Amino acid sequence: MSTTTRAFQPPSTGSTDWDVERIRKDFPALHQRVHGKPLVYLDNAATSQKPQAVIDALTTYYARDNANVHRGVHLLSERATEAYESARDRIKRHLNAASRREIVFVRQATEAINLVTATFGRTVVSAGDEIVISAIEHHANIVPWQMLCDEKGATLKVVPVDDRGDLIMDEYVRLLGPRTRLVAITRVSNALGTVTPIKEIIRVAHGQNVPVLVDGAQAVPHQAVDVQDLDCDFFVFSGHKAYGPTGIGVLYGKEARLERMPPYQGGGDMIKMVTFEKTIYNDLPYKFEAGTPHIAGAIGLATALDYIAGLGLDSIAAWEHELLVYGTELLQAVPGVRLIGTARRKAAVISFVLEGVHAHDLGTILDQQGVAVRAGHHCAMPVMDRFGVPATVRASLGLYNTPGELETLASAVRTAREVFG
Amino acid sequence: MSDLRDLYQEVILDHNRKPRNFRVLEDANRTAEGYNPLCGDQIRLYLHVEDGMIKDAAFQGKGCAISKASASMMTASVIGKPLDEAESLFHRIHAMLTGEATSNIDAAGDGLGKLAVFAGVREFPSRIKCATLPWHTLHAALSGTAKAVSTE
Repeated sequence: MSTTTRAFQPPSTGSTDWDVERIRKDFPALHQRVHGKPLVYLDNAATSQKPQAVIDALTTYYARDNANVHRGVHLLSERATEAYESARDRIKRHLNAASRREIVFVRQATEAINLVTATFGRTVVSAGDEIVISAIEHHANIVPWQMLCDEKGATLKVVPVDDRGDLIMDEYVRLLGPRTRLVAITRVSNALGTVTPIKEIIRVAHGQNVPVLVDGAQAVPHQAVDVQDLDCDFFVFSGHKAYGPTGIGVLYGKEARLERMPPYQGGGDMIKMVTFEKTIYNDLPYKFEAGTPHIAGAIGLATALDYIAGLGLDSIAAWEHELLVYGTELLQAVPGVRLIGTARRKAAVISFVLEGVHAHDLGTILDQQGVAVRAGHHCAMPVMDRFGVPATVRASLGLYNTPGELETLASAVRTAREVFG
Repeated sequence: MSDLRDLYQEVILDHNRKPRNFRVLEDANRTAEGYNPLCGDQIRLYLHVEDGMIKDAAFQGKGCAISKASASMMTASVIGKPLDEAESLFHRIHAMLTGEATSNIDAAGDGLGKLAVFAGVREFPSRIKCATLPWHTLHAALSGTAKAVSTE
């Protein structure tokens, strides 16, 4: 993939065989006006819009197959169970996991991390131990570890980033010690777009027998993921950022690790046999899935992943990279714009500030022109502190965004400058 | 642009550029802090109260144009006012911004003088808290609440 900048040359659809206009037709929510202007949806790192295939999968499930799973002897329950379990198989294939027993359905990446904290963390971490995270983590990959450290008397170690937003790998290597029990690091930073050298991070940790959890929430929508190739111990992501429904996410864990972990929540479905004296827990992955799961969500998520796989994850990555390069050029040409996060490898996130205009005001002005962005700290307040800004505006791109939308963004930023004189 | 000018009126932009009373008040005897965790707006409000009157008011902090202008215009408007009048102003502004206007308080902010420029904020629901934060902080300072005010 070339990172050569081309002066204001919008990416041509011919260069990647990417028929964005056809793809946009799959997403009904994109075709509306807000404040009288065509919607320009650039808040994909917060949540993505959903293709019709996902909406149809949810509707079909509720309209035709709805029943509880794993218990009914009746036909609808069999259909629901089949749809739910085949969703697990589809997701297993998408991640190239070794076994379907390694795919645990949760509410979102946040719950997946909390699950690992409460089970693996509680049993493995004790006073004086250390957990290593990075300076560009989302709050979801900070706070659960902080809570665990407080409870156990353990210490959180933070890999610093340089001024571009890249992890300082020498510091990472230095932070790994005999008391390190886990490394938990993101694949892609939600606030800056930094793509971390995750394979190297995992290789180094494994060299010291330290397991690694990868926060893949911002990676799954944008790139192919192969958990066996990464060799990560845990991989977590949310469905709704990857064109799937809200309320569903996945914890991948290596089977041997999951086997050794105690259950997370107690309840139905996670048991084999219950008496008042003793309960025998269910096998993987059900041991971690107490209660009736989000059946429709799992089906919708599998449909979303099939959808992006059908478009081709390498093609998605190539298209988004062209958009990133073009959008970066356009914004850099607006006087007063300062980019926050210029990592050597970046996903399609452009975080920036405009001199003299607070991010919140800029967000409102963009919204009035139809442009939806996130303005704030992006649930990554330590990142804001690191770069000395209270907040940024973040344009985060998805597979359906167009060069024209980036031009609208840049022009809306210029309008903000005019409003604030 | 016209809708934006309803929100970002010249007087608001002016107070954002040159906030009045933006300083630490050395002889303050009432202070309060306000914080909006959603956007990170922070304000520290200082009042010098004597004989039931607000003799002086000032603020420090960081925030968007709406919150900064609101704090600036608020301090300018309460200096020299008796405490009960300032408290009553808080209720009227709050009513105007949240749309809970009562019969004697016009939602357009009649009788509020320059502060009526904030009536436009009501059309921007995600920004109402930016404008109310300084006023909630004032309310806390007047009622002697020790805990930092949060919009959430």
